[in-house]
Amino acid sequence: MGVTAILFWILSSLALLSAIMIVVSKNPVHSVLWLILVFFAISGHYLLLNAQFLAIVNIIVYAGAIMVLFLYVLMLIDLKKIVDPQRSLWIKLVGVATGCCLLLVLIAALSKADQTTALTQTIGGNIGLVENLGKILFSEYLVPFEISSILFLSAMVGAVVIGKK
Amino acid sequence: MPSLENIANFIHNWLYTTFNATVALLLEFTIVAILVIGLFSVLGLVLIFMERKVSAYMQVRLGPNRVGPKGIFQTVADTLKLMVKEGMTPNNADKFLFNLAPFIVMTAAMLILAPLAFAKNFQIWDINIGVLFVTAISSVSVIGILMAGWASNNKYSLLGAMRSGAQIVSYELSAGLSIITIVVLSESLKISTIIESQANGWWIFKGHIPAIIAFVIFIIAVTAETNRAPFDLAEAESELTAGFHTEYSGMKFALFFLAEYVNIFIVCVIGATLFLGGWMPLHFGTNTTFNEMMDYIPSSLWLFGKTFFLIFVIMWFRWTFPRLRIDQLLNLEWKYLLPISMINLLLATAMAILGWHF
Repeated sequence: MGVTAILFWILSSLALLSAIMIVVSKNPVHSVLWLILVFFAISGHYLLLNAQFLAIVNIIVYAGAIMVLFLYVLMLIDLKKIVDPQRSLWIKLVGVATGCCLLLVLIAALSKADQTTALTQTIGGNIGLVENLGKILFSEYLVPFEISSILFLSAMVGAVVIGKK
Repeated sequence: MPSLENIANFIHNWLYTTFNATVALLLEFTIVAILVIGLFSVLGLVLIFMERKVSAYMQVRLGPNRVGPKGIFQTVADTLKLMVKEGMTPNNADKFLFNLAPFIVMTAAMLILAPLAFAKNFQIWDINIGVLFVTAISSVSVIGILMAGWASNNKYSLLGAMRSGAQIVSYELSAGLSIITIVVLSESLKISTIIESQANGWWIFKGHIPAIIAFVIFIIAVTAETNRAPFDLAEAESELTAGFHTEYSGMKFALFFLAEYVNIFIVCVIGATLFLGGWMPLHFGTNTTFNEMMDYIPSSLWLFGKTFFLIFVIMWFRWTFPRLRIDQLLNLEWKYLLPISMINLLLATAMAILGWHF
């Protein structure tokens, strides 16, 4: 087994273990910290796939920004006072249904995994480097990119409006 | 001539001819880890002594002067004291997170060292997005601080951690934008390419006014990011006892203290790399005699000279300006520094496209 294989197995088991711990742990702060560990493990996987830009952006956006805000809010709440609200049967059923839908999507994606690997290799495995990613993002996917940035802008405007109230 | 580059290459070749690839790689990891830990401990000793001497000079005192000649062993004695002290854990604290937090802060600081070039062709990992790597990892250290503040189960610690979190998250923006100014000018995210682009002049000279504005904003933002005075609200001792590390003692406190100084060193290395040419010697136009004389000084000395100059500037701030209030701190970032750095980035982009820099 080479270094890459060893790293792959370590990262995969780490990601799975921490993903399970997110759901299992009683304390929400611990859950968030486990989630941060999952993001790091996934970034490690991106690095193994030679997608360094994706790996770093994953850390900046998720571990560095969103999770810090999560932690921020959770730490200010008095966690002992909050009792888990009783959910109705319907909500539980909807939860199960959405989980199954996600599973279906994942299976559909994984069944084509061989094809995708071949596609990635034809570009030389460099698709994740910032240069190639930028070129594709600003030529082929320009319209979705701009639309998603407008979405972010509207979210920002919304936050300012709510903050002004 | 023995340079750091030659020594590193020699060790690399010897390891790969003696052992097989996997073992050699693991051995290299070990060597790098030992070197990084060694650098950290030396830096801790040097920087804390430097801080005390600089503050003494600013306040017309002598500073530490009893242990060893001119007091140079004072920090060694302090470290020994901290090592033999008992590391207490409060009763109602979240014990695991409480003990983990100092190590997270320390590990984040260690990771940032990876893409930094300490001398010509002497760096741990020349990743092609080195600058982004640095900003990503520096945003992680705030998790360690929040963890420490929350796990201590203490109001002062929590308030300190919250202030620190708000401060780091907001000042990261203008630090990032001023870093991107240089990325735009040098057209690369790779640290070694950024340094190469400064062979005919450092960016602070070549980049005209946008580079100078970016440099000033960068220095202000990193002072805030490292929780240094005048932005040391996170541990404002007159209001919060000691901020997020109120409950820490012994070696765990020492790790936070060390991480603070190592972070100052790291941001100063980044500043020196981006704006002051990294290990590039000072060159003036085509004045060959002067340029050759400058080339004789080893590249590592150039980098450390620039870095320690910036560290001195940051220490100078601490003993010159009074501490800001929290609203003043956030106003400064969101109402002044952020708009200025955004317009500055546009200016720099226009300059890079039109080719106005040298």
